[in-house]
Formats: sequence, structure tokens, C-alpha cells
Amino acid sequence: MQRTLFDKIWDFHRVGERADGRDLLYIDRHVLHELHAHHAFARLEKQERPVRRADLTFAVQDHTVATAPGRGDATNPSGSAFIKAMREGCRKNGIRLFDIDDPEQGISHVVAPELGIVLPGATHAVPDSHASTVGGVGALAFGCGTSELTHILATQVMALKRPKRMRVCLDGRLDAHVSAKDVALRIIAEIGVAGARGYAVEYAGAAVTAMPIEQRMTLCNLNIEMGGRSGFVAPDDSTFAWLAGRPFVPQGAQWDHALAHWRTLASDDDAAFDREVTLDCSALEPQITWGTDPSQVVGISGCVPDPATLDANRRASAQSACSYMDLAPGTPLAGLPVDRVFIGSCTNSRLPDLQTAAAVVRGRHVAEGVIAMVISGSSSVKREAEALGLDRVFREAGFFWGESGCSMCAGGNGDRGQPGERCVSTTNRNFENRQGPKVRTHLASPATAAATAIAGRIADVRQMSGAA
Amino acid sequence: MEPFTRHTGIAAPLIKDDVNTDQIAPILHARGLKEDYQAMLFHRTGRREDGREDPDFVLNKPQFRSPGILVTGQNFGAGSSRESAVWSMLANGIRVIVAKSFADIYRENCLQNGLLPIVLDGDCSEAFIARVIEVDGKWPFTVDLVAQRISGPGGGDVTFEIAAADRMRLLEGLDDIGLTLRHMDEIGSWERRAQATQPWLQSTRDNR
Repeated sequence: MQRTLFDKIWDFHRVGERADGRDLLYIDRHVLHELHAHHAFARLEKQERPVRRADLTFAVQDHTVATAPGRGDATNPSGSAFIKAMREGCRKNGIRLFDIDDPEQGISHVVAPELGIVLPGATHAVPDSHASTVGGVGALAFGCGTSELTHILATQVMALKRPKRMRVCLDGRLDAHVSAKDVALRIIAEIGVAGARGYAVEYAGAAVTAMPIEQRMTLCNLNIEMGGRSGFVAPDDSTFAWLAGRPFVPQGAQWDHALAHWRTLASDDDAAFDREVTLDCSALEPQITWGTDPSQVVGISGCVPDPATLDANRRASAQSACSYMDLAPGTPLAGLPVDRVFIGSCTNSRLPDLQTAAAVVRGRHVAEGVIAMVISGSSSVKREAEALGLDRVFREAGFFWGESGCSMCAGGNGDRGQPGERCVSTTNRNFENRQGPKVRTHLASPATAAATAIAGRIADVRQMSGAA
Repeated sequence: MEPFTRHTGIAAPLIKDDVNTDQIAPILHARGLKEDYQAMLFHRTGRREDGREDPDFVLNKPQFRSPGILVTGQNFGAGSSRESAVWSMLANGIRVIVAKSFADIYRENCLQNGLLPIVLDGDCSEAFIARVIEVDGKWPFTVDLVAQRISGPGGGDVTFEIAAADRMRLLEGLDDIGLTLRHMDEIGSWERRAQATQPWLQSTRDNR
């Protein structure tokens, strides 16, 4: 029978069927973070249940850590209890923790692939909805809640209903200054914030094949913003080359063995999908959100839509978004003055994201009155960027260059905007109040965010003179 | 987990689509490990810019201050996987959410905590919403999971569908981990099989 890649990974990892009809799916790699893990540790202790496979479990401090240079546990006072509980829980349970001062600390979705902890064809779980970021290396990942996290710690499996299969085919070639972020925002705009609910999504097509692994991770990262829990790209030679030599990737004979298997990880030619979506990326321009959900997107040359012209089911939310964002229908996005720019998060904080932004910023200065910050996705990314001198490029331009973590994506570490500010952000959610009370968030790519910081207004990076 | 059989309470209409977990349970600035889930629920959505309560927000209206049932639109619980978005409902006495649809992770988190997620679709949903708005918190509704039925003022009983397995789990308040632990032999066999065929999955060695 012809099978999709999803079926191949699922079927291999299916341990059995539980009494309630759910499949028990083995989880090869489990990565925890401090915001949720302490609940799970406390619950297991109360139930006197041990962690079954501490050796397959990793932990990071990412959501609540301060980004200020020289930070410690208490630099963000509201984070210190989480950070300490995480340290204690990991110590008691024998879990490898990338602690706040670890040279490889960072956002779980950045750290796991860059160290080769997550592998093609592996199942992966994180108590965070952006878990499927690692789908960029061909892993099948699931974001989960705290109860599920506790369940995985105790059993190393998840009890799941098998999702349906969707393929998103991205044809064509991306223009200069157009990235996976723009593609992902366009797909969400097309199929809506619940368009992939109940599906595992495979991204395929020429535009995906041409994407470097970091861009594929950006693409898979935003999968949950259209309601899909798992999204991935079939691994290929680019994936294998990217993984080779990373610390936790198998070596020697086991690498050869793994590689032979990884080369079989593709959907069969005639495998059937429950839903197929196709998008031609050739003429795509940089995209940006205008509203308060990630499907409220226009091209950078576009205008805020008139809610009256939208489908009846989108009208009320568009009206409410216009009001929250303080935007009148018909307002062009380009040219809107901004107060703040944030470059970072599990969506866009890997080295190539920072290189792209730095290329726009180099030799220029952040517009007066704009607060701009760059937060690396991991301490490793930060170190690599510094070795390339990117920190100087950003600092000389007037950006804040901080320590790695989730930072202003959800503001769990205190990095937030002020009420009423307009912020262009490379993150994943433009929800009301997420980046601070009454902060107005526009999601965009690192290139667009960088150009906006320089212009002080939402900018089309393609129109900046000399932009590489 | 507390079993769910029947629940009687005031039904509060939050008639919006795509209500997300950042709205339901915002990450607040001053916090510790023992959070105030009762205060967390819709903390920012229910407030004005000056921090004072927004009297127009449904759960701030006098008749809806102690609701037992929340009635809402499409894709409820989108966004972050934080389970506090379920705990904060329970902390406020809400044991049932009636929606047109739920985000996947949120629905799962409901089932894990004995919060009954009911999906009513199409006309049935619109009619029930109209009824809840009309009743305006004057009388309670009763949700019976055994009979899969909502009864209350302003009309006849409304029946709802729920997967048999989910229903059983809620009715019995089953311990999810306990259910899975019955399969430890199979999990062990799977690990041995993986060790034999894809050994790199069963170990994590830092090769440096």
C-alpha cells in the first residue's frame, strides 16, 4: 500500500492501542521547558511515579529567562522560581538540563535541532505549541499540555487519535528578500487559523526543497498558527548535510545505518492525502499581518482590508482587529510608524535569520525613538553571530543585543512593549495583549523587521537602497 | 481527575471565534509557581487600559460572575498549549464549554482535566447561542453527560455528540497515565524492537 511519510513514521512508532481507542505513540525525544515542567515534576512526585526514560529527555530554560547581559536566576524576578524548580526537578530526575548559564542554553525548538538531539523520522514532544519547528529536519513533533507532558515522562508514549494527512505544496521560486516566514504567513492567510486542525501537514514542492534547513524550521514553526499540531518536511540531502557532525547525531557505522533509513523517509508517489493545498510562491512579496490573528495578512504593498468586503464569518474579527490595532480600513501597511522592533523567537532566531537582518542593518542606524532588539534563539547562535561580528553590526546600529531566550515573543521574561505601542516582530502570534498590554503586533520576516527598524516605519525591504 | 457526570450552572455567552489561550490565561508579570488561576481567567481581556474591570465583558456582568458553562464560537482555545487556560476555567467553576469547534491541544487539555468540551454544529449551535443570550443568566442550564443532553429554560433538550472513549474517560474520571501503564509490556517490546532496527532512536550520546 502506498503510504505518506506521516503514515510511515506513525506506524513505526505505534506501540499499541489503548482501551479507549487511542494509539499509543512512542516519543523518541522529549524536551521540557521551565514554564510548565515544574507542575509535571510535582505531580509525578505526588503519584510516586518515576521518569521512565530520563536518557531520552532534555530540558531548557527559555520562557522566563532574562535577556540582559550578565543575567542570573533573579534578573527577571518573576522567572526565578521557575528556573530554580526546573533545576531541582532535573537534578532529582536525572534529566540533562541546558541551564541559564550553559553555553548551549536556548529556546527548545532551536537547541534540539542544532545539537542534533532531534533526528529525521523521530517523534518529538515539547510542552509548547511550536514543537513542530523541528519538523524542518523531518521529525514528527507534537506540542502538548502539562498533563500530556506528565504522561510522557511516566510512560514515554503519547495517547493520540491519528490525525488526517494534509500536503501543502509550495511551487515556484522565492524572490530576493522573500523568505519562509512570508510563505507561511501567506498559507495561513489562505487556509485560515483552523485550516490544518486535525491534520498532520507535510510541506513539499520546489520552494521547500530549495529552502535551507533553518527556513524549513520557520515554515514548520508556524504550522500551529493554522491549527495543525504537527508539520514537517521530508528529509533530503540538505538535511543530512546539515545534521552531519552535530554533537548528538549518530556517528561512524551508526550514521551510515541511520542515513540508509533516513533516505527511505518520503511519501510514496501515489500516497493519498486527505487534503492538498497548493501555493505558487513565485510572485510572492514580503508579507505582514495587519490584525490580531496570524491569518490577517497582506503583502507589504497592501492595505488594511475593509471588514465589510470580507466573508461574513471573518467580518466581526476583522472589525475588532481594526479597532485593537488602531487602523482604518484602506490604510497602507508600508509607512505606518512603529515604536518597537523585535527580532528573535523560535520562529526567526537562527543564525541565517540574524545574518539576513544584519545585511539590511549594516552601516545604518535605527530610526530615532524606535526601540529595537535582537535576541538569538540559543547561546550557540549568539556566539556564532558574535564570531561573525553581527553583534557589532546590530549594536552600532542601535539595537539591543541580548542573551538568548523566548524574550518578547510572549513576554514571559518581562521583555514587553508599552501600552499602545506598535511593534513589528519576527515572532509567531499577533494576539491582543501578547507582547504586553495593548501592544499592537505586526508579524513579519527578519528582513522586513530590520528594514522597519531603520525606517521607523513599516518598510518594504526591497525598496531599501543597497539592501543585499 | 474529578469525574464528570452532570453539571448545572449559569451559561455565559462569549460569542466570538478564535478566542485564544493568551486571552483566556495571559502570562502575567508578577507570578510564582502557585498561581491564582481564578484571577488569571481573561485577566486582560476583561480589563480596560487603566487596569479597571471592563463592565461590558461578559464574565464581568453581574448575572455571569459565577458561570458554570461557557458558550462560544469557532476554534476556541487556539494558540499556546498552556494548560492554565483550562485550570483557570475550573478555578472559576466552569465545568462545560459549548463551542462550534475547539483547537486540538485545548480540547485535549479539557479532557485531561474533567472539563467537558461540547461541540454543537451549524443550526443547532446558533439556536443554542440565541437561547443562552435570551435567558441572560436568569436561570441555569443542566448538562448531562450520561444522557448527552443539555436541558434548561427557553426550549427543549439539546443532544450532543462526543466520542465514546472521551465520554467514558470523563464519566469515570480515569487516570490517563494509569490507562497507559497497562501497556508497559508493549512499550518495553517496542523499545527492544527499536533498539534492534533503529538503535539511534533509543540512545542520546553526546559524541564530543
